[in-house]
Amino acid sequence: MYKYDNYDQAMVDARVAEFRDQTARRMAGDLTEDQFKPLRLKNGLYLQLHAYMLRVAVPYGTLSGAQMRMLGRIADKYDRGYGHFTTRQNIQYNWIKLAEAPDILADLATVEMHAIQTSGNCIRNISSDHYAGATADELVDPRPYAELLRQWSSFHPEFDYLPRKFKIAVIASETDRAAMKLHDIGIRIVMNESGELGAAFYVGGGMGRTPMIAPLVRGFVPLDQLIHYSEACLRVYNRYGRRDNKYKARIKILVHELGLAEYTRQVEEEFAHMSALGLEPPTAELARIAEMFADPPFEAGLADEVDRSDPDFAVWLDQNTHPHKQPCYAIATISLKPLGGIPGDASAEQIALMADLAEQYSFDECRVTHAQNIVLPHIRKADLYAVWQALDAAGLATANLDLVSDIIACPGLDYCSLANARSIPVAQKIAQRFSDLGRQRELGELKLKISGCINACGHHHAGHIGVLGVDRKGTENYQLLLGGSEGADTSLGKITGPGFDEDGIVDAIEKVTDVYLARRDTGERFLDTYRRIGVEPFKEAIYG
Amino acid sequence: MKILTGNDLASGDVVWWTGSEWSRHVDDAVDAGDHAEAILAAEEAARRVNASYAISATRDGASVRPAHIKERIRALGPTVRLDLTLKPADPAAGNWVI
Repeated sequence: MYKYDNYDQAMVDARVAEFRDQTARRMAGDLTEDQFKPLRLKNGLYLQLHAYMLRVAVPYGTLSGAQMRMLGRIADKYDRGYGHFTTRQNIQYNWIKLAEAPDILADLATVEMHAIQTSGNCIRNISSDHYAGATADELVDPRPYAELLRQWSSFHPEFDYLPRKFKIAVIASETDRAAMKLHDIGIRIVMNESGELGAAFYVGGGMGRTPMIAPLVRGFVPLDQLIHYSEACLRVYNRYGRRDNKYKARIKILVHELGLAEYTRQVEEEFAHMSALGLEPPTAELARIAEMFADPPFEAGLADEVDRSDPDFAVWLDQNTHPHKQPCYAIATISLKPLGGIPGDASAEQIALMADLAEQYSFDECRVTHAQNIVLPHIRKADLYAVWQALDAAGLATANLDLVSDIIACPGLDYCSLANARSIPVAQKIAQRFSDLGRQRELGELKLKISGCINACGHHHAGHIGVLGVDRKGTENYQLLLGGSEGADTSLGKITGPGFDEDGIVDAIEKVTDVYLARRDTGERFLDTYRRIGVEPFKEAIYG
Repeated sequence: MKILTGNDLASGDVVWWTGSEWSRHVDDAVDAGDHAEAILAAEEAARRVNASYAISATRDGASVRPAHIKERIRALGPTVRLDLTLKPADPAAGNWVI
């Protein structure tokens, strides 16, 4: 994992002191809210529906045990005993007191964390593959490149006031586990015919009110030009992005309106200019970062067999673990989607337990996934049963990864001031309807995503089944989308027709799954069947 | 009736204008009538409340009911965590929102 050097720590500590002073001035009445609001947002402090909300950055979703433990302590000490893991691989606290916000940031700084650039029109937290460094299907660990981009983008003065917020994802495998093509810039580390590593740049993707899949702008950028090319992409956007209309201000609109060819031409022109300036960080810096992401000291000669005699454990083993690149190890995902729970929420005690397990069993490392779950990336297979037992005792052993109840849901109208409808109760009702785990497993991989407004924090466009909550004359209404995907086969879901009330949307989803079960061919996922037979059979079942 | 709401500066709590101060309980809200803008301006200037605004509501006896579901959720708390609302002992409290 990356470790702060003195510069990193000094920058974060200075920001804490600065925000403490700003907060005191606001509390004393020396700053108006209009003056203070941009300052608090620079530090991740929003004013939400019920209280202040603090969004803490988790760079590329990676946490040490000490960092995870601190997140639990903050939930216990400053919030109401829980935190909410988000689709940006971050964590949010919903009940923050203004006077205590600087203390929280100070506590975070002691474990090399902060809330900087988790709001505002700047480059946000860099996201990545939550299996990075552990999965066999990656070319390299993408996180050193994500970390280099994080350092480049932190406090970058040129990109502090972009036309709109800006999100970057970095992956290094064909299997896209980070919704890479639905980011402002998606970077995939690739290998050319000469065996050299480079970066493929996809620019102009995103969800929100105008969802777009990022087109490929350049298939191979040498890795020693990664920052130059990123900067060129940003500079063209910063120059021409629409600042007059926030709904047209994201880079996806610029790329669409300029056209891919013209946007690319301008980026290449800027890239040539940047390259001549020689501002790329020295390769020694990337090497220094990469050293911190070296493999942990895996043991050889361990047992590869796992005792499956406990049937509940066997189901969890099949559903929630993933092959590891190292023999006799596994990647385990902790589902934060228990029946009746709130997607992404974890209590302070549960967070502390996950920190303990990361330290004891996973080389002091865990990950936040964009699907609002937690990954223990490096578990000896011989330890899986002990890990599962500990999780089970804490209500964290739900065996539903990638099944219909593993629902992404934004906070919705229960917490969010932007939302038009509640998301969480709908997620809970769907999970209840499909509560039988055998039925869920019969349905197989089925990614269901719910947003409470068009901003799409719940990624509804990318759900195999998506749900969008809207306000229809003061009443919550839910539109159904089918056919979205966030993986290597990224696609955008399409609205089936008129919306439903809270119970009606659950019925409609059940009818959709009935069509799938009746029409699927051998081995087909829901998404495969949908793509083969089209939307009409589903619409016929829903609307008659 | 027009009632006034905002968030307390220090705690962030949702608050409602009672005619002389701010209360966490929507039932304490009073009709601001034609004085809404003047009250909001004075209270924002006094640094006691953030992001304040006027909304439509109805009064039924001792109860005040905001017209829009978003404001009813603000008044109660998250419907999915009734233990964190102003009526943690009432398992049916969420029904008031809908």
